[in-house]
Amino acid sequence: MDEIRESLLKKSKSAKKDQFGRIISFAALALIVVVVISIFYFVASKGLATFFTDHVNLWSFLTGSEWAPGQVDDHGQPLAGAAPMIVGSFLVTLLAALIATPFAIGTAVFMTEISPKRGAKILGPVTELLVGIPSVVYGFIGLSVIVPFMRTVFGGSGFGILSGAMVLFVMILPTVTSMTVDTLRAVPRHYRESALALGATRWQMIYKVILRGATPGILTASVFGMARAFGEALAVQMVIGNAALMPQNLVSPASTLTSVLTQGIGNTVMGSLENNALWSLALILLLMSLVFNLAIRAIAKKGAM
Amino acid sequence: MKRSWIVGAALVAVAAGLLSWGYVSREHNSGENITAVGSTALQPLVEAAGEDYAGKHEGIFINVQGGGTGTGLAQVQSGAVDLGNSDMFAEEKDGIDAKKLVDHKVAVVGIAPMINKDAGVKNLTQAQLIDIFTGKVKNWKEVGGKDMPIVLVNRVEGSGTRATFEKFGLKGAKSADAQEQDSSGMARSIVSTTPGAVSYAAFAYLDKSITVPTLNGQKATSENVENGNWPIWSYEHIYTKGQPKGEVKAFLDSIMSNHIQKTLVPHLGYISIHDMNVERDENGHMTKAK
Amino acid sequence: MIKPKTADKIATGVLYAIAGIVILILAALLGYILIQGVPHLSWHFLTAPATAFTAGGGIGIQLFNSLYLLLITMLLSFPIALGAGIYLNEYANPKSKITGLVRMTIEILSSLPSVVVGLFGFLLFVVQFKLGFSILSGAIALTFFNLPLLTRSIEDALATVPNLQREAGAALGLSRWETVGHVILPAALPSIVTGVVLSAGRVFGEAAALIYTAGQSAPALNFTDWNPFNISSPLNIMRPAETLAVHIWKINSEGIMPDATAVSAGSSAVLIIVVLLFNFLARYLSSYLYKRLTSTK
Repeated sequence: MDEIRESLLKKSKSAKKDQFGRIISFAALALIVVVVISIFYFVASKGLATFFTDHVNLWSFLTGSEWAPGQVDDHGQPLAGAAPMIVGSFLVTLLAALIATPFAIGTAVFMTEISPKRGAKILGPVTELLVGIPSVVYGFIGLSVIVPFMRTVFGGSGFGILSGAMVLFVMILPTVTSMTVDTLRAVPRHYRESALALGATRWQMIYKVILRGATPGILTASVFGMARAFGEALAVQMVIGNAALMPQNLVSPASTLTSVLTQGIGNTVMGSLENNALWSLALILLLMSLVFNLAIRAIAKKGAM
Repeated sequence: MKRSWIVGAALVAVAAGLLSWGYVSREHNSGENITAVGSTALQPLVEAAGEDYAGKHEGIFINVQGGGTGTGLAQVQSGAVDLGNSDMFAEEKDGIDAKKLVDHKVAVVGIAPMINKDAGVKNLTQAQLIDIFTGKVKNWKEVGGKDMPIVLVNRVEGSGTRATFEKFGLKGAKSADAQEQDSSGMARSIVSTTPGAVSYAAFAYLDKSITVPTLNGQKATSENVENGNWPIWSYEHIYTKGQPKGEVKAFLDSIMSNHIQKTLVPHLGYISIHDMNVERDENGHMTKAK
Repeated sequence: MIKPKTADKIATGVLYAIAGIVILILAALLGYILIQGVPHLSWHFLTAPATAFTAGGGIGIQLFNSLYLLLITMLLSFPIALGAGIYLNEYANPKSKITGLVRMTIEILSSLPSVVVGLFGFLLFVVQFKLGFSILSGAIALTFFNLPLLTRSIEDALATVPNLQREAGAALGLSRWETVGHVILPAALPSIVTGVVLSAGRVFGEAAALIYTAGQSAPALNFTDWNPFNISSPLNIMRPAETLAVHIWKINSEGIMPDATAVSAGSSAVLIIVVLLFNFLARYLSSYLYKRLTSTK
């Protein structure tokens, strides 16, 4: 009796193994979380120093349009106005998503509804290859193809928000496409069958049934693409012109948060106001990626209902 | 199940054995490591000099990295690296306590404006140059060129090239807000491909794809810099924290030696520090060399 | 009002056009890079060391560094990503708020600009922990960069294995851990391999995170010395190592060798060819494993 009692009360070998596996895999996850938190803490402590140590006004930082943190204005306040970069980042991101989403939907519909075989054979590998091209290479192609093209079409120097948006469009297209494909595939088969049974043409079925059903998923995909575009640095930096000026139009040099951050960080001294102001830009980037993630979550929740 | 444990244990044991054998039998001369960080403009010279030095001194390893002038000065000040490469005097950089650092001027770099060929401008006075970069003049025809708008291309705020150009080329004037590039190569390729563009770069980057104008009638040549006729130049500095000792001092001496200054320095497009007939202090005052 | 049939035809035409444009964009990108770069490729270019200011330099050391750094990065990041992916998909309660929060932190890590990751690595590992500019520092920074992608793709791969398999494992009296090890992982292996190889392509092309961690100089290596503790040995993980992507970035910004454009075009072509190879390898391996493990033809 005691033996059975004991074996029932004691953890079985399997349960122990399960415990072991749980701990190991949890440790790996915990490590990632620790890394993220320490990066967050690191960026936040440096980025907030601009406001607490150097006493830059938060409001003037967000709305000021002159960016020269090394200098002071007439009131002795540092000229740290990040508005041109914030506006630039948003414009580039929105434009890129605006161009990429229709293309992504079109490609995804082609792959799932029109020609699944050719879609899988050709377009699948094509989008995966686009992911694999390094951003340095995207930047140089942008510099040697897109910028001269913009120059001949719109005049000016060719550098600007439109060039940046074009490069980002190609860069986020694969991500948005593959996520859209997943949502379209998730639309149940009987939706299609019932639509066709009602006498709808293929396009009516796609337009009125499948795309309607997949709208939340498509929105998620395009917000996800925007989050990627917002954080991209090297490729945008090469084609946007990097002028910390409030953008007047889409084809004059502008700048984004990432481009100013990447360019300036090596030329400033750790701990100085110039350097802290750059970290504040990094903090804005982090917070924005938080916002994008919350947006994705909110859309997913709404779509699930 | 059991067999895989044995195989795994054997693999780990073999790997550990190989590693420890490697550690025991390693060459004992992987001794001293000198690390230099900072200005990307100075990096090729220190790198080449380092290779030269390491080739002659067994066991010395010279590790040269870029990262920018600000990074170089900050890291040498904090003691994280041995040498901090800089394009400017430490006194000119915010957040650096120059008193703790010892300056070693290893070369001189001349900087010149460069203009897109289509603009048709070959000569400028310094006043015209200032007008162009402060935005007073907006078309090349106002300074004797074609009817073409001027496109300014600046270097990044805080870069040594921009600081030198504004200080001596623009006589301290701030250049107008315009697009910025973070490297000389990029600035040159933009000037060469964009009609009406103008920027500036170190002599080493000037080539046939762009026009280098004369300034007040003087050509951008090493001789003119050495004689003080070409105003836009700066020193390339290597900073150490306190007086250098031992291998670090020996390495700095080798950079200053005729061997390096006569061969590598001009090859890389710098001007030898020994050829200068004028010298300058951190406030920009120029005097005859002693 | 257009007739539905006509609308259908127009829409189909438009969709074909969009698909065509996407293929055209890729073809143009690849064609441009390869046409510019391939003429500069030669055995000498692929094996010779780089030069600072004379023509005729190669990319031998950079190419080796890229591959070696990739290997170390994968050794570091794969176990962590595998563990995290298993926990998220097999153990974690999908409805709990904390799991959602963890997922979000991972997503945020993936949208972080890589230059921030690089600077974090620089200040913490290079300076604070005194690892110096080294392959190890670079590999850690790349691990941070790689973890979110890899974790996500492993989690997705595990999620595609039907729950039936887990129930079958449980019915046999296996613990969840044993089910994962013997049933789920083998079933998910083909897609895990695809995920790993594709993320390897991204790591291979990363530059911004490495500039401040693995460094921008490639000291000469002695390819006869394979003792990992010697400074000139290719296997030493404490030496600075400029990778191919960093090299492209560097010669385009500060290169003063007369053939800088040729070197950069050639290096870009090599980079793309390697990424292409990774892609084909991923496809081949995945379908091979799928056949092996399921014995379908």
